[in-house]
Amino acid sequence: MRKIVKKWFWVWEFDKEEQWLNEMAAKGLALVGVGFCRYEFEECVPGEYQVRLELLENQLQHAESQQYIRFLEETGVEQVGNYFRWVYFRKKTADGPFDLYSDLESRIKHLKRIIALVLPISGANLCIGFSNVGNAVRTGIGLANVGYLNLALGLLGCFGAWKLSKKRKRLEAEAQIFE
Amino acid sequence: MPNPALTEAVYYILLSLQEPLHGYGIIQNVDKLSGGRVRLAAGTLYGALNTLLDKGWIRALENEADSRKKEYRITEAGLDVLKAEVRRLRELLENGMRILGEEER
Repeated sequence: MRKIVKKWFWVWEFDKEEQWLNEMAAKGLALVGVGFCRYEFEECVPGEYQVRLELLENQLQHAESQQYIRFLEETGVEQVGNYFRWVYFRKKTADGPFDLYSDLESRIKHLKRIIALVLPISGANLCIGFSNVGNAVRTGIGLANVGYLNLALGLLGCFGAWKLSKKRKRLEAEAQIFE
Repeated sequence: MPNPALTEAVYYILLSLQEPLHGYGIIQNVDKLSGGRVRLAAGTLYGALNTLLDKGWIRALENEADSRKKEYRITEAGLDVLKAEVRRLRELLENGMRILGEEER
């Protein structure tokens, strides 16, 4: 039986999202599809799968991405869904522990990729917000409300990027001593 | 300038590729070599293999039966790097043993 759950995670909460998906899998609900704020599950044996998600470097259809996914499949990993460049993977728990990264360097690289996704969008929202609010205040007409919304989103995005950067700095400090 | 230290993952990947192996084969071999201590994650391995290919330390063998399942093998250049690394590691180990050896006993 299929079960659809509506839930929202910010991009910088991807490890929270991953943890939630793993809790669902532990309860016997395996992820089979992803959409906007939408997760589709199918019943499985509790604990049968482990779930990981990753932001790919390229679009899913890109040859490089496809090659990477084929490579993962060789190691017993299955792609269960994607949302733009975010890809959701699962692996049978019986086949051993499931991690996509086993060293600090590749974790740092992944974080950098997510920051590079969040920052430009936040910056653009801030710029549009300032310009809209500015226009509306000066001329008395225009899109003040939309402008405030852009500003709020922009600030929130910057907060997210700041959280991700903090995490990245922590890993980088560790990488000076360990691999 | 001598090569800087290799990462543990790269060291064990190069060591494994004395014989042709595909991705999953490398993961299994590294696990075996290290007695289960080093578990290479597939994403990390993929990145490392691409970097090693770019450096020319390994090469991909074309497999006629299934062209998607690529096998890799170490090159002469890779072997030189690996041998230099073993010499470097021996120096580290010998110094550690010499300086700490007395206290260990």
